[in-house]
Amino acid sequence: MSAGEYLLQQILNAVSIGSLYALMAIGLSMVFGILRLINFAHGDLIMVGSYTTLLLLLGGTPFVWASLAGIAASTVAGLLMERFAYRPIRGAPDVAMLLTSFAVTIFLENLAIILFKATSRAFPVPALLNTVVSFGNLQIASLNIISILFTIILLFLLTLFVTNTETGISMRAASQDLVAARLMGINVNRVIAAAFAIGSFMAGVVGILWSAKVGKVDPLMGFSPVLKAFVASVIGGLGSIPSAVLGGYILGALEILLQGLLPANIAPFRDALVFLILILLLLFRPNGILGSAEKEKI
Amino acid sequence: MLQLLQVHTKYGQVEALSGISLEVRGSSLVALLGANGAGKTTTLMSISGILKPSSGKILFQNKDLTQLDTRKIVDLGIIQCPEGRRIFGNLSVKENLRMGAIRRKDKRHLDQAFARVFEIFPLLKDRISQAGATLSGGEQQMLAMGRALMAEPQLLLLDEPSLGLAPIIVDTIFEVIQRLKREGVTILLVEQNAHLALEIADYAYVLEKGRIVLEGSGASLRSNPDVERSYLSEVPEENL
Ligand SMILES: Nc1ncnc2c1ncn2[C@@H]1O[C@H](COP(=O)(O)OP(=O)(O)OP(=O)(O)O)[C@@H](O)[C@H]1O
Ligand SMILES: [Mg+2]
Repeated sequence: MSAGEYLLQQILNAVSIGSLYALMAIGLSMVFGILRLINFAHGDLIMVGSYTTLLLLLGGTPFVWASLAGIAASTVAGLLMERFAYRPIRGAPDVAMLLTSFAVTIFLENLAIILFKATSRAFPVPALLNTVVSFGNLQIASLNIISILFTIILLFLLTLFVTNTETGISMRAASQDLVAARLMGINVNRVIAAAFAIGSFMAGVVGILWSAKVGKVDPLMGFSPVLKAFVASVIGGLGSIPSAVLGGYILGALEILLQGLLPANIAPFRDALVFLILILLLLFRPNGILGSAEKEKI
Repeated sequence: MLQLLQVHTKYGQVEALSGISLEVRGSSLVALLGANGAGKTTTLMSISGILKPSSGKILFQNKDLTQLDTRKIVDLGIIQCPEGRRIFGNLSVKENLRMGAIRRKDKRHLDQAFARVFEIFPLLKDRISQAGATLSGGEQQMLAMGRALMAEPQLLLLDEPSLGLAPIIVDTIFEVIQRLKREGVTILLVEQNAHLALEIADYAYVLEKGRIVLEGSGASLRSNPDVERSYLSEVPEENL
């Protein structure tokens, strides 16, 4: 493999993992933009979707239908979370909302442990997601291609939604100034529910792709993705969709870069290094790369 | 048209309005004056339902607003143009205006509403696809007012529309306010710039620490020595 091919291969890896981070970060960031809530339970939506898919697969449902049902389950779980955990405490101090999100996480994870045991289970990956496509010397996992394609489609649809629909524009308005949005008569409940629905839908998609990638599911599987999504959205600047996407891809690139550069004995500490870089970035740009100082309320 | 009866509004334990009563008659322009922190914004936010009074009544066409959601209050035609403009900076001028009309059911008439706003503020038309944040302060105030007008208000609540603007822009804004009044829009105008406000107001109230301390016709307050001393002798700091 030539140096150019190697580089291309690594770029594809970075874009593919970055896509998953971006999709997760969008959900986290949209909700933060409106509610100032960092919803750590967002990761558990991955778990809900993945287990739903797994159970249906084990019951003999074809992969496509099982995945769609899994994504639907994530979406419904996200909406329920908003309705029953976050709406009642809306307007409470940010810390109270953050603590509530921990409580939701603990609840969902323990529920999963009771229902499915604490051990991980194999996730049967269909052949389509489990092959390697060769282009000359280039070896590309089909899963990477599919992840990238789905992300492009979802980002395209999301862009159409937030720029062309009344609810989408309202969502951007509400994330800039909630009181002004209410003064216009914007239905804040609907906008917030829409933000949760979209974010949860994307978490559902990530759940399928993530499970296919690691080949297993477990009750705590949402932890690492939500942490990554949090880092990604902070890198980009919490609260806006473009920042979340940018942050996701930067984080993906950073991880692949460190993986390639670090000697094998340091590689396990990759995540620690990523956090170190994050801290350094925040020292120089406290509002993230795209965030500006006066855009406090993005 | 609008009546506040003994309205008390609190922030937590702190009472910001201590029993305010005032009246705004249909098609009139009423000014609400007072120093920083007197409770002017709190009054408007209570009318709009963003803040809920702890007691008292707010009647609009004899309907009590205090239990209503802001959306329902908007539906009644009570539209607020808030202090500090609060336009949506990341939204284009057009999107900002569209948000102003969000509760209008008759979307067919949206074009007419746009045309009217652009006729009143021609500058906005040239900036139509520009992000709100890139507008100058004066343009932002025009956008904030245009956004409010998109809803075709019956009662327009204006909170310090002249704040921080150059005198020439203030003139433009006040001409528009007078024009709206001529066209039959009822207006409750909050101002620190008492000179200007009293010139165009039919009636005015003066707030002090959450209480109405003075009221009267625009002309009578202008010649009132107390008002003269407290509000007319010096220009408020923000407007320097
Ligand atoms: N969010 C808030 N929390 C607590 N107290 C507040 C809040 N907003 C206003 N207050 C207090 O309520 C009182 C009235 O404030 P308000 O904003 O209504 O005054 P104002 O007349 O509009 O003043 P300004 O001319 O400065 O806009 C003030 O004492 C203020 O400190
Ligand atoms: Mg005020």
